[in-house]
Amino acid sequence: MSESTAAAAARPPGRSAADPPPGGAAPPASERRQALGRALRNPLVGPLAALLVAVVLFTLMTDTFATAGNASLILQQSIVIGTLALGQTLIILTAGIDLANGAIAVLGTIVMAKFVFEGGNPLTALLLGLTITVVLGAISGLLVTRLGLPPFIVTLGMLTVVYAIARLYSESRSYSVSEPLLRFWGQGTTLGGVRITWGTLLLLVVFTVFWFALARTSWGRHVYAVGNAPEAARLVGIKVNRTILSVYVAAGALYGLAAWQALGRIPNADPNAYQTANLDSITAVVIGGTSLFGGRGSVVGTLIGALIVGVLRSGLTQAGIDNLYQDLATGVLVIVAVSLDQASRRRAAR
Amino acid sequence: MSSTTTGTEGRGAETPQADGRTPVLEGRKLSKSYGHVRAMVDADFELMPGEVLAVIGDNGAGKSTLVKALSGAVTPDKGELLLDGKPVTFRSPIEARALGIETVYQDLAVAPALDIASNLFLGRELRRSGPLGSLLRMVDARAMRDEAQHQLDALGVRIPDVRQPVESLSGGQRQSVAVARAAAFATKLVIMDEPTAALGVRESGMVLDLIRRISARGLPVMLISHNMPHVFDIADRIHIHRLGSRVAVVSPRTHTMSDAVAIMTGAARPEDVGGRSHYDERAQGRQRARSTDGSDGPPTPADRVNPEGGEGAGSVP
Repeated sequence: MSESTAAAAARPPGRSAADPPPGGAAPPASERRQALGRALRNPLVGPLAALLVAVVLFTLMTDTFATAGNASLILQQSIVIGTLALGQTLIILTAGIDLANGAIAVLGTIVMAKFVFEGGNPLTALLLGLTITVVLGAISGLLVTRLGLPPFIVTLGMLTVVYAIARLYSESRSYSVSEPLLRFWGQGTTLGGVRITWGTLLLLVVFTVFWFALARTSWGRHVYAVGNAPEAARLVGIKVNRTILSVYVAAGALYGLAAWQALGRIPNADPNAYQTANLDSITAVVIGGTSLFGGRGSVVGTLIGALIVGVLRSGLTQAGIDNLYQDLATGVLVIVAVSLDQASRRRAAR
Repeated sequence: MSSTTTGTEGRGAETPQADGRTPVLEGRKLSKSYGHVRAMVDADFELMPGEVLAVIGDNGAGKSTLVKALSGAVTPDKGELLLDGKPVTFRSPIEARALGIETVYQDLAVAPALDIASNLFLGRELRRSGPLGSLLRMVDARAMRDEAQHQLDALGVRIPDVRQPVESLSGGQRQSVAVARAAAFATKLVIMDEPTAALGVRESGMVLDLIRRISARGLPVMLISHNMPHVFDIADRIHIHRLGSRVAVVSPRTHTMSDAVAIMTGAARPEDVGGRSHYDERAQGRQRARSTDGSDGPPTPADRVNPEGGEGAGSVP
């Protein structure tokens, strides 16, 4: 935010240097109103408000919610879905969708765990698992870009195929993991009595990295442009297909990371785990204010969205409210978020 | 050769022109077929330094194929393209852009959700200096904002805040952003493909004003338009395309809109219409016809205009 005020200060001299446009010298009051308007138009305002309301509500309703320990737990519970949702965000920003992300991550966990189970080197197992998720991401991306197939169909197919492979390869059994390397992200340290896992820190680091990549690099701008107006992007010389492919590959890498994280949280690779992770990740993305139509949204929103889901689950449980109401509340939030997105798009189109 | 009415086809084949100047962009006998459809047949084209050249033609006359050939979207089967007198070939619009040819399209040219500054620099982002820019490809958002504001101000486009998303602008302002982008990056010429087709009267006026300012900078503009009043309002010369090639180049000073339409539709032969000779025009300077009919007198058959636009070359001071 400090950067934007600096830019605002830098603008008036630039303006007077050029030909004087009529009405160019805006009074400071309107500048301030402009800044306020921009802040309110920020799509993160809604999700952030929802998160705050939920936190305040559960703090008032229960004694156990607003504790550092509970906050740590909510974060830990949000790690896997959060990482999957980050990859999902990238793809949704290009106006795509990934239904296979959960299945890809599950296959990743099984490859890592089974390889070690059969006596393989843990590092090799890890690299093998990560490679497979990247390759699967790349396959989705290639099908979308080379064959021009709709992402929904491509990833629906991938979901079924990858799930089947996971069951075949695992022989429909689960593999527990004891290797410290594979369980690394479940470890952590205790800070002032609060447990902080390395996985939580990694989640924050990964989100920061992708926030930077999307908001501050030319690659990020191209991702937004490709999702928002592919034809315009092509006309200005952006390599649209290459950008989309890069997004699917990056998402695949994130799914590999999510697999590693999942083994840290629950050291057991189960082909039937994370069955709804794909939809949960979409939920987090949408609640976070990213448009399913592509080109609008942010990873910060997705992090907030994942936290909202985590807070709701934790808070409603602690308030003694039936599990089914959690799903109900999440579902309502999704619909509200999508309607808000539609409404803002319609306003913009007017 | 003298720019009288005697010249026929191929007048543009010997550069430099009558006044010793080389066209900025010249096409010689460009042809392009799609299967059995001959979209462009030995089409000639030239854009002189500093001029606004309008290209008109009926639907299906092959205007868009010509534009695509000149902007790099289509590679002609035959013929030659010369940029500043040197032969060039474009395999893509990106190659044409790299040589200084910018194109503004009717629509599709901006990303509505991105802000104005990002749109101006889309695909050509300014990077931070040092490893942040080269390694991390980090953009210099502030420099882009400042530069975008500067470019818009210089063209007189009134935009309060370049951090606004483009979708918050009116249609005319959006197109102004696209035009400003072209003007900012073009070093040779700007091609405008129906830039006002989707705009209302006032908004079109905004864009036409922009074209004038760009032209005043010395940047030649090729304007493709269906709108005859716009064409006659702004063009120095008018290239008339028919059945895949250029049939005439006329001047708003010597021809009326109905003359142009008659040539365009084949209702009249180029040599049968047109008012003054280029000598009258020269004597009068470059004052453009303001009235909508653009005519300065009754057409006199004696003052015939070269069907291949021989008068045109001399119409730019």
